[in-house]
Amino acid sequence: MAQARNIGDVILKIDSISLAFGGVKALSEVSFDVREHEIRAIIGPNGAGKSSMLNVINGVYHPQQGSVTFRGVEHKQMRPHEAAKQGIARTFQNIALFKGMTVLDNIMTGRNLKMRAGVLAQAVWYGPALREEIEHRKAVERIIDFLEIQAYRKTPVGRLPYGLQKRVDLGRALAIEPCVLLLDEPMAGMNVEEKQDMCRFILDVNDHFGTTIVLIEHDMGVVMDISDRVVVLDYGRKIGDATPDQVRGNQAVIDAYLGVSH
Amino acid sequence: MPENQAQPDTFPRLLLANAERLRERPAVREKDLGIWQTWSWGEVAMEVRTLACGLAALGFRRGDTLAIIGDNRPRLYWAMAAAQALGGVPVPLYQDAVANEMVYVFDDAEAQFAIVEDQEQVDKLIEILPRCPRLKHIVYDDPRGMRHYQQSQLLGYESLAERGRAFDAAHPDFYAGEVAKGKASDIGIMLYTSGTTGKPKGVCQTHRAFISSAQGGSRFDQLGPADSMLSYLPMAWVGDHLFSYAQWLVAGFTISCPESGDTVMTDMREIGPTYFFAPPRIFENLLTTVMIRMEDASAIKRALFRFFTDVARRCGAEILGRKPVAFADRLLYALGNVLIYGPLRNVLGMSRIRVAYTAGAAIGPDLFRFYRSIGVNLKQLYGSTETCAYVCLQPDGAVSFDSVGAPAPGVEVRIADNGEVLVRGPMLLKEYYRRPDATAESIDADGYFRTGDAGFFDANRQLKIIDRAKDVGKLATGAMYAPNYIENKLKFFPHIKEAVVFGNGRDRVCAFINIDVGSVGNWAERRAIPYAGYTDLAGKPEVYELIRECVEKVNAELAREDTLAGSQVHRFLILHKELDPDDDELTRTRKVRRGFVAEKYAALVDALYSDRAECHVETQIKFEDGRTGTVRADVRIREARILSRAQVKQAG
Repeated sequence: MAQARNIGDVILKIDSISLAFGGVKALSEVSFDVREHEIRAIIGPNGAGKSSMLNVINGVYHPQQGSVTFRGVEHKQMRPHEAAKQGIARTFQNIALFKGMTVLDNIMTGRNLKMRAGVLAQAVWYGPALREEIEHRKAVERIIDFLEIQAYRKTPVGRLPYGLQKRVDLGRALAIEPCVLLLDEPMAGMNVEEKQDMCRFILDVNDHFGTTIVLIEHDMGVVMDISDRVVVLDYGRKIGDATPDQVRGNQAVIDAYLGVSH
Repeated sequence: MPENQAQPDTFPRLLLANAERLRERPAVREKDLGIWQTWSWGEVAMEVRTLACGLAALGFRRGDTLAIIGDNRPRLYWAMAAAQALGGVPVPLYQDAVANEMVYVFDDAEAQFAIVEDQEQVDKLIEILPRCPRLKHIVYDDPRGMRHYQQSQLLGYESLAERGRAFDAAHPDFYAGEVAKGKASDIGIMLYTSGTTGKPKGVCQTHRAFISSAQGGSRFDQLGPADSMLSYLPMAWVGDHLFSYAQWLVAGFTISCPESGDTVMTDMREIGPTYFFAPPRIFENLLTTVMIRMEDASAIKRALFRFFTDVARRCGAEILGRKPVAFADRLLYALGNVLIYGPLRNVLGMSRIRVAYTAGAAIGPDLFRFYRSIGVNLKQLYGSTETCAYVCLQPDGAVSFDSVGAPAPGVEVRIADNGEVLVRGPMLLKEYYRRPDATAESIDADGYFRTGDAGFFDANRQLKIIDRAKDVGKLATGAMYAPNYIENKLKFFPHIKEAVVFGNGRDRVCAFINIDVGSVGNWAERRAIPYAGYTDLAGKPEVYELIRECVEKVNAELAREDTLAGSQVHRFLILHKELDPDDDELTRTRKVRRGFVAEKYAALVDALYSDRAECHVETQIKFEDGRTGTVRADVRIREARILSRAQVKQAG
């Protein structure tokens, strides 16, 4: 994608991360960096450690070795809520929304960290709490408009088709107004049209809000189309890190995907 | 307005008069970010003035055309008025047309200016720019995603308004001067025909034509500033132009633009329009949604609903038509009104409706009666792009499903010897743009316009339309054959979405059927029949059985009418794909292009007229983004029972 975005300095640096669950090595000394405003894809075959990598970045897993440097501050162990507070938002491979709540309320939960009024004031819904809610509602409405889900504003999420639930999931992540957005297979299980819509939204988020995006995706067409740089993992190791075109020609990557005889 | 005071005779002058007369009253509403925004008549007049000055600053001159593409957005309606104020001609295009289809209209209308809704439309125009060298300026309303576009032709709406204000400040008398130059006989709008036959033609309508049509209609139904209307139909359609633009300015009511195409139903409930216009398809979809939801309701609710819809079917339409009804039924209806009809109208957003119209296609008798029976004053009208959608209207108290009403005030209707409906009046088109041959062909020496429809006046002097005049043909046996009539009868079943029948010059009638995925899908789910999309569902033997029953009911109805008994459907098949305007099988207004379909699926037609029970087909389809794919299927063919007149009588 030839776009006039200004890709800035390194905002997120992953430094020789190793993660093991008992004897299973999920990640072995993986290092890469993410620059501001770029779209960075992580690809690899099943079980390569892609989702583990995202979980390390936003502090769900704590690696045995290595560190994550976010905006110049080095973290040995990041907690998920700290990550969220610092502006790292994510969506999940298996949608993790509140199925019984409406689209509007689900996205509103993404504003939780930004709410200042106390529990009591919110319960009474008066004065500052009311004003605050109106502000948050405005932000949520802007996201609803952005993602073109006006028709489902008041629909419980559980009743929506899968593709739309994915969109709501993205909406909730956007509600934090993140500077880094981690997307775990945003297009899994979608049909061609839904994938196109989602691509458009990801590019628009990146362009409109300047959000840095780290995404895991299996659809090579999508990855090659929208990402600026690609990291390739296989069996927990980094086997490639380059622009989409270079990755496409990388023998190690081709072998990892097609398999080689040993 | 007192009688002696002359009504303004152009749309820009009407707008100024409304701004004076209705200053603070709401003119336009639009839902944005979840909240309804309102513009008063005074504000609209100001916006239009700014926009007109902006266009003038860009070089828009008298006689120029302005293409308008997008969903119903207030700014696009204002652009219409702005272009008219400068003596230009707005040309609205269907917003879902693909880029290639737009080339023809841009070329034909010689448009140098375009105002479009958003990035999607801008992308289409940029694609066709090399083929439309005349197009110099593209103004877009929604700036989202437009930051990196470098094309010199592009300009945001805000920047245009900025230029307009500067221009207005520098030339304060300019706008009033331009409006004053306008004449009632100027071309006010150019609407392209849907192109059911051949290339679309640009229909030039004068200010006078649309204003007199709107005045006639407004007086007929006593429309005024207190009324409210939802504007959601394509702006390029004559119906929307008459109802949401011409009548809006003439009657001074409020139009409301929905938030998006998907939210129309919710928005309609919130606005509660008093005046409503929709093609039969929309009324049908609404009813289907209600019926599907009712089937999932609890047993008590279902029983109540069934009981009271039966009551309504028996007497509702008569009560609305102020005809005598038994006292007991009246009481039951009043109870039903509290328990069922009122809440149902509310769910449909029709609580406040005074007048609702439908047009554009034949409406099913059950469907029509249903709405009238629950107290919605649904009526029919008849008209076309060439007649400002204003020829016949059904007056309150004389409404029937199979006629289109009496000639509207100021309109003369005559039936030609071959059954074709001819009309004359102030609403007639001035000409087809750059097509003097077509203009001469369509208007006869006495000034009557050939509608191309075949029809007759019934005993109550109400016009009945049976078919397109050129479609009415003969079977090989010599019996009359009216394809639309049969297709409409088939389409009245909720399970059948489209039907295409063949038979002209042949010995018997056969049909293609498109099932309605929503309705048949729900039917299949309740019977635990698994399916994976349209093609799979269409091939199920159970579905064939279901459709066969519908076809045989139509055959039974046809058998009752002497002239049409020979047109019963002998064999039918369910098409493996839905007919789609993107594949040129339907027009943008969703009318079937029968000839094209017959040609494209010639193999299937041949199979219908052979003894074969199955036929293999491969069809190219076009996706919304313009790419193509292929559908393959083995299409089954079934026979339907043919009834003789004696059998019908026996069945009662």
